Amino acid sequence: MATSPLLFALLGGLLIGAASLWLLVAAGRIAGVSGIVGGALRPRAGDLAWRLAFVLGLVAGGAVLRVLSPETLPKSLPHSGPVIALAGLLVGFGARLGGGCTSGHGVCGLGRRSPRSLAAVLTFMITAFVTVWLARHVLGGAA
Amino acid sequence: MIVLVALLSGLVFALGLGLAGMTRPDNVLAFLDLAGAWDPALMLVLAGASGLYMLVAPAVLQRHRPLLAPRFHVTMRRDIDAKLLLGAALFGVGWGLVGLCPGPALVGLAGGGGDLVLFVAAMLAGMFLFTRVEAPSP
Repeated sequence: MATSPLLFALLGGLLIGAASLWLLVAAGRIAGVSGIVGGALRPRAGDLAWRLAFVLGLVAGGAVLRVLSPETLPKSLPHSGPVIALAGLLVGFGARLGGGCTSGHGVCGLGRRSPRSLAAVLTFMITAFVTVWLARHVLGGAA
Repeated sequence: MIVLVALLSGLVFALGLGLAGMTRPDNVLAFLDLAGAWDPALMLVLAGASGLYMLVAPAVLQRHRPLLAPRFHVTMRRDIDAKLLLGAALFGVGWGLVGLCPGPALVGLAGGGGDLVLFVAAMLAGMFLFTRVEAPSP
């Protein structure tokens, strides 16, 4: 990225906030990615199409990024297959059990001043900090 | 119409993640690595997104209904229970292991990498597992 990654971070955040507000004002839905995807795994009548459309939008956005700025998308991850699979399982199961992820609790929940979301964000930040510390500084990058 | 609304929301959401650098797990891990070369970018992303939401959402929720749907689907729960904390804790461990959460992982599928496909497949399996163990809502 060019001059200031932090400026891009803020602008990107505003874009994410705008996309989330748009979903709220037009469709009345919280832009929580894990909730939207998880709900599609156990669909109710008339509730599936918009969920799939949101996911399709995410992937389509990824396709746009791939054309405009290919370095934004990782080709591979510096971890073994079992670690990647374990991480995916924990992210999927944990987000559903905890009622949201970085988008639902982070963006929308904090944005609604929800005490549940604040508790969730603080909790997953702490366990993520500890996990990275253990993986990088205690186990020496074994993960 | 709701389908187009959701498609556009997902698209702009993904572009925001990309612009912010958050589709790259190394940037996410640089934020999570407090003992390393700490990068505050993720905090600015979250502050920008939730800050804008905080400014506008109250006025939106004052409306009787959304523009194109019969009602708002927004939980009013305020309790902090064990499921919330345990789920968030597990989520954080997975997030910290590779630096991917659901949004960036799905956007990353467009990159065509097999590791991303593996992560998303495992994530969907985890979500599906939850639907198996979840008690019916009261």
